[in-house]
Amino acid sequence: MIRSELIAKIAEENPHLFQRDVEKIVNTIFEEITEALANGDRVELRGFGAFSVKKRDARTGRNPRTGEAVDVDEKHVPFFKTGKLLRDRLNGKEE
Amino acid sequence: MSNTLTRMDLSEAVFREVGLSRNESAQLVESVLQHMSDALVRGETVKISSFGTFSVREKASRMGRNPKTGEEVPISPRRVLSFRPSHLMKDRVAAGNAK
Repeated sequence: MIRSELIAKIAEENPHLFQRDVEKIVNTIFEEITEALANGDRVELRGFGAFSVKKRDARTGRNPRTGEAVDVDEKHVPFFKTGKLLRDRLNGKEE
Repeated sequence: MSNTLTRMDLSEAVFREVGLSRNESAQLVESVLQHMSDALVRGETVKISSFGTFSVREKASRMGRNPKTGEEVPISPRRVLSFRPSHLMKDRVAAGNAK
């Protein structure tokens, strides 16, 4: 499923909404999550999962092609942990 | 100090941006999450451009160990969800959290 298919499904279920509003709704949700993580916040969606930011310490990496040592700075990366309900559903345990 | 956003904050954003009622905004947020979950449960990959990709991976059964008792226990095969953030999201998160 891609973004446009998700938008199409929501539009189909909500014939009273304009297509452009459905696009805006879906885009707003993902934008809000990204923005929260960029601010260092967490987003917890019970049953679905939680998005958070993890810190990766600075390290000395290696260029895999040349074997040369390179310094990699500390950085922050997005992280997702699946919620219990979704994890159970993936394994055939329905609510 | 970092905050935790919930469904309520997402529906508030939809309410603000689109101008539907708070109630309908909340229902739409729920329905987006529901459609994504349903697709994943069917085994589909959910790919949201400029956000990231959710995919389902099959894990084989293996022997685990109860860390408390040291006892060996079989771990059944299972499906796990993995999220791979897009480059755009990674860049924004890295830039936003850099000192």
